[in-house]
Amino acid sequence: MGQPPALTDAELVQRCREGDPDAWAELVNRFSRYVYAVCVKGFRLGDEDAEDVFQEVFTRVYTRLDTLRDDAAVRPWIAQLTRRLCLDTLASGSREQPSDIELTPEQERTLEELDEAFDVREALAVLPEPCQEILDRFFARDQSYRTISAELDLPSGTIASRIARCLRKLRDELEGRSGPSEGSRE
Amino acid sequence: MTRAYDEERLGELLRLLRPAPVGWVQAAQELPAARRSMDEIVARAEADLAFREALIADLEIALEQAGYEPDRRLLDELRKRLA
Repeated sequence: MGQPPALTDAELVQRCREGDPDAWAELVNRFSRYVYAVCVKGFRLGDEDAEDVFQEVFTRVYTRLDTLRDDAAVRPWIAQLTRRLCLDTLASGSREQPSDIELTPEQERTLEELDEAFDVREALAVLPEPCQEILDRFFARDQSYRTISAELDLPSGTIASRIARCLRKLRDELEGRSGPSEGSRE
Repeated sequence: MTRAYDEERLGELLRLLRPAPVGWVQAAQELPAARRSMDEIVARAEADLAFREALIADLEIALEQAGYEPDRRLLDELRKRLA
């Protein structure tokens, strides 16, 4: 059994518009890794620029949420906003216009992969909590078997098999969807 | 389009989205409260000439004296709004 369905992106946006602070915190949480990764992996911004873009993205999302015509489209909106602000930042450090900046093929590939990674995280979000936890700790937080075992109070000899089992569940979840690019819950 | 995922590929994709620094996430989550503080400060500056002059003379100190924590973003935004 998976998790009870979390709020869809559209529901989350609607609650943010109504001024629900928990919904806003959840929206930031849901998109923070993606925005961060686009800044530092996609556009290779330094820490200070990446932080400025990160905060500006969420400031604009917060202040312009009313202008979003399709609530379910918050993800592509945030993606586009982040890319545009990253390009503006790169352009301000050179004498080029944002539209003149060309990404390397490797950067383009990284940005595509980040979108795919977001699809995977959406699928992860519907797995049972213990699977989300163990996969996130091992892959995204680089925790060792020993740390995971200690923090989750699990026998260390079972960590590898639990990870393998959760990866299979994740794969099944992804393959049960119509496709990663159509995989959001809206 | 349906993609096939093997476990190695899933691991690679999971590794790509690491947590953003906690402080960044927290600051973004606190945006609604920060915007409210900013609106309060601007409204007070519009209504209270002495406060406005104190802000213009030394924004950081005036904010501290008024009980606000003057972080960089608040200062930048207020400078724009008070200009």
